[in-house]
Amino acid sequence: MKSVVKQEVLALNGDEAVAYAVKQSDVDVVAAYPITPQTIIVEKFSEYVANGEVETEFVCTESEHSALTACLAASATGARAFTASASAGLALMHEMLFVTSGCRAPVVMAIANRALSAPLNIHGDHSDTMAQRDSGWIQMYVENAQEAYDSIIQAFRIAENLHVLLPVIVGLDGFTLSHTLENVQTLSDEAVKKFVGTRQFPKVMSHEGKTVPFRLDPENPMSMGPIALPNYYFEFKRQQEEAMRNALSVIQHVNEEFGKISGRSYGDGLLDPYMLDDAEIAVVCLGSTAGTVKAVVNELRADGVKAGVLRMRTFRPLPVDGIVDALRKVKAVAVMDRSMSFGGSGGPVFHEVRHALYDLPAHPYIVNYIYGLGGRDTSPTQIRQIFEDLRGIVQTKRVESSVKYVGLRE
Amino acid sequence: MFSEWKFTAKDIAEKPDLFLSGHRACAGCGPATVLRLIMKAVRGPTIVTNATGCMEVVASIYPYTSWATPWLHTAFETAAANAAGIETALKIMKKKSKIKQEQIDVIALAGDGGTYDIGIQALSGAVERGHDFLFVLYDNEAYMNTGIQRSGGTPLGASTTTSPAGTAIPGKLEHKKPIADIMVAHGMPYVATASPYYWRDLLVKVRRGIEVNGPAFLHVFAPCPRGWRSDPAKSIELSRLAVETCIFPLWEAVNSEYQLSAPSKVMALSPQKKKLVKEYLQVQGRFRHLFTPKYEKMLGDIQRITDERWQRLLKKCGITQPAKTA
Repeated sequence: MKSVVKQEVLALNGDEAVAYAVKQSDVDVVAAYPITPQTIIVEKFSEYVANGEVETEFVCTESEHSALTACLAASATGARAFTASASAGLALMHEMLFVTSGCRAPVVMAIANRALSAPLNIHGDHSDTMAQRDSGWIQMYVENAQEAYDSIIQAFRIAENLHVLLPVIVGLDGFTLSHTLENVQTLSDEAVKKFVGTRQFPKVMSHEGKTVPFRLDPENPMSMGPIALPNYYFEFKRQQEEAMRNALSVIQHVNEEFGKISGRSYGDGLLDPYMLDDAEIAVVCLGSTAGTVKAVVNELRADGVKAGVLRMRTFRPLPVDGIVDALRKVKAVAVMDRSMSFGGSGGPVFHEVRHALYDLPAHPYIVNYIYGLGGRDTSPTQIRQIFEDLRGIVQTKRVESSVKYVGLRE
Repeated sequence: MFSEWKFTAKDIAEKPDLFLSGHRACAGCGPATVLRLIMKAVRGPTIVTNATGCMEVVASIYPYTSWATPWLHTAFETAAANAAGIETALKIMKKKSKIKQEQIDVIALAGDGGTYDIGIQALSGAVERGHDFLFVLYDNEAYMNTGIQRSGGTPLGASTTTSPAGTAIPGKLEHKKPIADIMVAHGMPYVATASPYYWRDLLVKVRRGIEVNGPAFLHVFAPCPRGWRSDPAKSIELSRLAVETCIFPLWEAVNSEYQLSAPSKVMALSPQKKKLVKEYLQVQGRFRHLFTPKYEKMLGDIQRITDERWQRLLKKCGITQPAKTA
């Protein structure tokens, strides 16, 4: 794809790339609380505010709980709202994540993915966002700072789409992406503003029987966030699920549209396959790890091994059909999880992929690798070993252990 | 500092309600009366946000609502954070011409649980940041929505379902947290207490809280017949007795300067008019056990503590004349 607008290359780390995208996205309210490794986002944004570079109100709240609440309330009032967090901060928001999605407030949040306590650990893994899997937020994971920048811009379009109206988390791996400097191609302020557009509101029927925009407006009074008893609650939840289904095609469309102005797109927006067409063995993973896996795949391909990667860019909504299509011909799949589901049968991504493939008449062997917890490095050698394991499974037609741990002392 | 707002009872009666009838509050509900009165004092377009609690639950059962003004509920501890978000959104949207109205006021409502306890962090943070909103605490002195559990606002000696008066313990052993004083200590521009019997005083204070630039806090006494085991017909009478006994004195602190309000000034200037707390306590079932030989000592404690607090308040208000118990 060819870019249709002029772009400027800036040296940004992942957090700075996020802050820069927010700066360009005509955001009305940013409410946030500092936490490593997200802090650079709020620091950078505070600088923009201090220097008068943004038309945004920045609220430095006394907790993450209030940060998300303020964003939710601002969004209900009609503002475009953004926040950022990580780890314990996201865990503290837990209650309000459900309220935000239930109120259908299209808040966008960047998460610099980090391990959860205890023991205390500030480094990268996916425990924080995976623990919020069922909170009704769209979840996207990026591979590098460039994608962090691009995805934040896309996230506003996705969240605010009238067929979606759901909050979006964009996850970037703590330190690996949040603190690592990269060359990032940036669009002009005008191009981003145009792409994001102004926030639209769905028309709903108010208690007065009038059709009015869905926001807090004294001219069209509406009660938002009411109590719903067993006679209505269930329907609210079903509608959220419908919105999640709708998000699948909206994410694809926004990814495509963004490609037209930037020259960059990420697979179909949901899944980003690499060398999968004729692959016999494949690794499924999220986030920055995909870069390492792709490098290993290149080496294996040079040796004539038919290896491939499926990077899951969108984890919620889960692109089930895409996963099935991408992996139906593969003989053995390794799913990499950077978090644990204690007492479960493997990690959360593994559960999803194995479940998605269950209905295939003949599905591939599927094994799980738990890796990188608390920021532990995962090397190309370890990835190569995973592919080696997969080749062994294909040859022997035997899975010794469906869940393995990468680089762990046992 | 405040505009002159003159009104008659007729003016108020004729002003359209923003908190409408049809809600499912109990007979004699103090908070429902308080909310209706508060909404009579707004000066223009107003957005209300409500913590989880009785008033949220009785007035917003989907698909019905008692709110004729925009209203938002998100969670129990979030009334002040909601107000912060709404106020911030209005400010920037006005600046960017995304809304037409010149001025939209923001009122946050919470009960004692949502203010003294689970909501105090968000409240303190929002006040420290200086958001322009009025926070109204309707204080019915326990978690009534979940069935009368004790809160930081429950008074000494009250029997609740988590501080029951038993054979060993005479109800709640701890004091009511001085929440309004805590708010004054934030250095905020306007803090006041009010009671629905003195409706005119309440309305003026609501209007002042709205008019003041920056955060305002209004602590409103709100009897709960179910939780207090009191006669539903006596809620307003109780809200008068609480002031006459100086259990709940009425005052204002403008920029931290305390001043007694007229109904309480009467008790300061004519101490003989100050009633014994017994008169207030004996008409409520939650204090029934205090009128038994086993626990009657606590009655004396409550009178002593009430007098001490009253004296401290008089001092803060610059009134030197000691008020004697009638």
